[in-house]
Amino acid sequence: MFTNFPLFPQQASVQASQVDGIYFFMLAVTAFFSLLIAGLVVLFAVKYRRRHEDEVGAAIHGSLALELLWTVIPFLITMVMFAWGAKVFFDLYRAPAGAMEVYVVGKQWMWKVQHMGGAREINELHVPVGRPVKLIMGSEDVIHSFFIPAFRVKADVIPGRYNMLWFTASKPGRYHLFCAEYCGTKHSGMIGSVIAMEPTEFQAWLGGGNASDTPAAAGEKLFQSQGCIACHRQGAALQAPLLTNKFGSTVTLQSGARIVADESYIRESILNPQAKIVAGFPPIMPTFQGLVSEEQLMQLVAYVKSLSTPGTAPAGAPANR
Amino acid sequence: METLNYLNNGHGLASWLLTRDHKRIALLYLASITGFFFLGGLFAFMIRLELLTPAGDVMSSDTYNKMFTMHGVVMVFFFLIPSIPAVLGNFLIPIMIGAKDLAFPRINLLSWYIYVLGGIFTLVAALSGGVDTGWTFYTPYSTAAANSHVITAALGIFITGFSSILTGLNFIVTVHRMRAPGLTWFRLPLFVWSMYATSLVMILGTPVIAITVLLVAAERVLHMGIFDPALGGDPILFQHLFWFYSHPAVYIMILPAMGVISEIVQAFSRKNIFGYSFVAFSSLAIAIIGFLVWGHHLFVSGQSVYAGMIFSILSYLVAIPSAIKVFNWTATIYKGSVSLDSPMLYAFGFLGLFTIGGLTGLFLAAMGLDIHVHDTYFVVAHFHYIMVGGAIMGYLGGLHYWWPKISGRLYSEPWAKFAALMVFVGFNLTFFPQFVAGYLGMPRRYHAYPDEFQVLNVASTLGASILSVGYVLPMVYFTWSLFKGAPSPSDPWGAQGLEWEIPSPPPTENFHVTPIVTHGTHQYAPSKEVGIV
Amino acid sequence: MSEGHWSEHYPGPTHQPPVHVDRVHAGGPDVAQHPKLQHHFDDMGQQAEASTLGMWVFLVTEIMFFGGLFMCYLVYRTASPEGFAEASHHLNVFWGAANTIVLIVSSLTMALAVRAAQTSAPPKTQVFWIAATMILGAAFLGVKAIEYWDKFTHHLVPGPNFVWEGKHPAAAEMFYSLYFCMTGLHALHMVIGLVIMTVVGIMAWRRQFDENYYTPVEVSGLYWHFVDIVWIFLFPLLYLIGGHVGA
Repeated sequence: MFTNFPLFPQQASVQASQVDGIYFFMLAVTAFFSLLIAGLVVLFAVKYRRRHEDEVGAAIHGSLALELLWTVIPFLITMVMFAWGAKVFFDLYRAPAGAMEVYVVGKQWMWKVQHMGGAREINELHVPVGRPVKLIMGSEDVIHSFFIPAFRVKADVIPGRYNMLWFTASKPGRYHLFCAEYCGTKHSGMIGSVIAMEPTEFQAWLGGGNASDTPAAAGEKLFQSQGCIACHRQGAALQAPLLTNKFGSTVTLQSGARIVADESYIRESILNPQAKIVAGFPPIMPTFQGLVSEEQLMQLVAYVKSLSTPGTAPAGAPANR
Repeated sequence: METLNYLNNGHGLASWLLTRDHKRIALLYLASITGFFFLGGLFAFMIRLELLTPAGDVMSSDTYNKMFTMHGVVMVFFFLIPSIPAVLGNFLIPIMIGAKDLAFPRINLLSWYIYVLGGIFTLVAALSGGVDTGWTFYTPYSTAAANSHVITAALGIFITGFSSILTGLNFIVTVHRMRAPGLTWFRLPLFVWSMYATSLVMILGTPVIAITVLLVAAERVLHMGIFDPALGGDPILFQHLFWFYSHPAVYIMILPAMGVISEIVQAFSRKNIFGYSFVAFSSLAIAIIGFLVWGHHLFVSGQSVYAGMIFSILSYLVAIPSAIKVFNWTATIYKGSVSLDSPMLYAFGFLGLFTIGGLTGLFLAAMGLDIHVHDTYFVVAHFHYIMVGGAIMGYLGGLHYWWPKISGRLYSEPWAKFAALMVFVGFNLTFFPQFVAGYLGMPRRYHAYPDEFQVLNVASTLGASILSVGYVLPMVYFTWSLFKGAPSPSDPWGAQGLEWEIPSPPPTENFHVTPIVTHGTHQYAPSKEVGIV
Repeated sequence: MSEGHWSEHYPGPTHQPPVHVDRVHAGGPDVAQHPKLQHHFDDMGQQAEASTLGMWVFLVTEIMFFGGLFMCYLVYRTASPEGFAEASHHLNVFWGAANTIVLIVSSLTMALAVRAAQTSAPPKTQVFWIAATMILGAAFLGVKAIEYWDKFTHHLVPGPNFVWEGKHPAAAEMFYSLYFCMTGLHALHMVIGLVIMTVVGIMAWRRQFDENYYTPVEVSGLYWHFVDIVWIFLFPLLYLIGGHVGA
């Protein structure tokens, strides 16, 4: 117990120092004001201690100048904290274009990780150092949260939608991965490791080991076996929108609204097709709710994505809607 | 105590269980709240026992999950929220405003029975196997996956909420309509201001948690699908509804304690509060702005960044009135005549610990930083600093300050000072290491944890043992004082306020004749008129 | 800890010596020893003001209570506006409108009951208006019972037996979940209202109300008007989505 008790987490991502910057600033402000108040209270208690039974305090009722002083100064300090915090938040949730995407599915009580090249992991995530990695995450059951303390990143993983987080690992090593949203019996067992490797070693790791289908390839198989291809192809009897170069583009819906066809839109259209129908098409697509798992949904999304040539995906798309 | 007072005016169980006297009702609440406090403390003890070692070796995961859930439910809904309002507020508000009772004495008694009924439901849930959803009942776990007594616990909370609503309603009408002649708003004691602000939060916020837990229970039984995505619902909607109440709820817990501190700091400095109207308006500002910040619990849920920014900036704004109060309290002590009796020691503890707790809240309001510390022990440490270091210190300080008035007896001051010291030391040892563990990355609600967190957890458990002694001691010497304590005069502290002008303990009707108030209730030195509003 | 020592120099907030004074209140009779005056109030005026303020505060809590459900409705209708409109078309606007009229009239009869008590009208008159209000309230509940039965027989009760032929089954089921929760909660408040009316009616029959004391009628009236207003919101939000007329 006494040989290993760190008091501060290591910084293993580019983002970590950004977050720690705010932390140290706030620590300084907290220490300053706590010591100030504690010091003044102790000082006054000693200096103005009651000396005889009938003594009363001075007839002071207030001071507008002091009230303004200790309203305005805290206000300014807190506004700095707000702005700084908001800026870091924006940076942490806007993944750069070209980030390496990895799909993650959380389920009671494990993490299933799917790399685009086909590698699959359970409770582990291998990433290269120095390259932005974007995680697209869904849950099969209840709310979980993907947390890597050494990288200072976290995002809730919520059933019914996709959430995303991104990071750039800066130091090779093995780091804790925790589930950070209570999810039942083995919540504290839903842990694992994020392993950052030098890029060459990472490539080697990707190449060796499990050679299963890439998500996109698995998705293509599902696209056929589930019957999607019956309507979503050229010359179908019941014509459905063609999906080539659709991912990332802006589509016009029947209601007149225009939205970006991102992962969440694809997922929603499979599970609840009537929700956001593209203009000009009849509302006849059946729902696949209950027929496909979260993992399979991710594979279908990956397949649709693969039908877009690079460059149509929106650059710097917000990770959260 | 041969003279007739509220304690000996009527004997027998019926005279207590059917009383309409706000003072007796306050004691009924004191007894039941104390019981729930120790129950919540027992759950805390189990948690800290398990966390002594990294492995989950004392109890099963399911049992541990029930421990922290029940600890939270009992402490939040059955101790912290009612404590100061139902005990000190009930007892003191009529006296402080020169009235004979609250506006609705029977509703006051009803609120206690409702509290007890809700408590029984929760005890039944605990005894028949417990709840394991966390006190926050997040969906869809609570509506679809949990295998524990969610509905019973949810109903217990639903019922008890009405106790809170009726108490707040009573206080609001009382303060509006029953002040003694001449007692204008700006002559009121600051304790009354803070209780009024608390009551606003109680009546506006509690109904929302009521409908929310009702919907959770309904969804569990009827599978309606309001919050469960598998049934077409939105789990984030639950979080918004839940936190819309539960954030203002923390202001229900802290505003009364702040009111107590205002009273104690004045009494034991024998000096008027510095900046009376600023402190009074700060209470209202906290109550109002407190309703606008709930989204800071959802920063990492995927809610819109822009919504997050609004909640973040408002969370910083709500901190400002609290800061104003801390400065005003400190300035009150300046050039006062300071006496370090035990109530004042609790007030000092509050000043230090609430400052730290409040400032660590600012860490959480910074969106970029919250990503890292959300759902870690940093949050746990933050809210325990405010709730225990703040609210409970305020409650204990208030009990020590007004005990002579309530019981007519003086307690042992040396033991009280010792207990205050134990609480302060034990508290800091328990919760300061949790800030460190949290930033390191130790998540909340973890039954087992990686080895490197053990030293911090051992320190925390050690602190909890000391803290628990500090909490048991007042039970002992307060009880002892009832039998062996010296009788108390009307004004044992040399303090000001209408409550110190009547006997200890007070007669049932508080005032034989209605007082007429000609200036502010706290006038430690002659000064100009505060001004009529 | 000597008592009164330095306080001789610094008197407390009260006059020396305090003198009993009758409180003066805006409005309200100042009848000493009215049998209904509770001991902690100075006069009937203060008591009446406290009671009505108490009921207003309670109604604010009720707004927040229903407000949670209205929020759920807002979220889900925004998510599926067409689905909600489609589901709403299956509600019977005729019965909904009839119920609306019934409740508005019942608020009128309630106001007249308050007026009767306030003007010391004979107990018969007071009881008449209270009973009229109750009959209308019961009629409202009767219609709701018919509507609920209709939903049950048409498989529109959310759950395993829910059947929807239209284009938006998920949205329709959500609509009906909210329909039953919101109108159910409202109906529960109506039932409570009827119980309150019964008690007030009995008190009126026993000649307890006149111009000096009619607070129970007044605060029950406030409650009744509130329950009416909730329905005024529920009717268009549930029955009139998409602006259709006719079932």
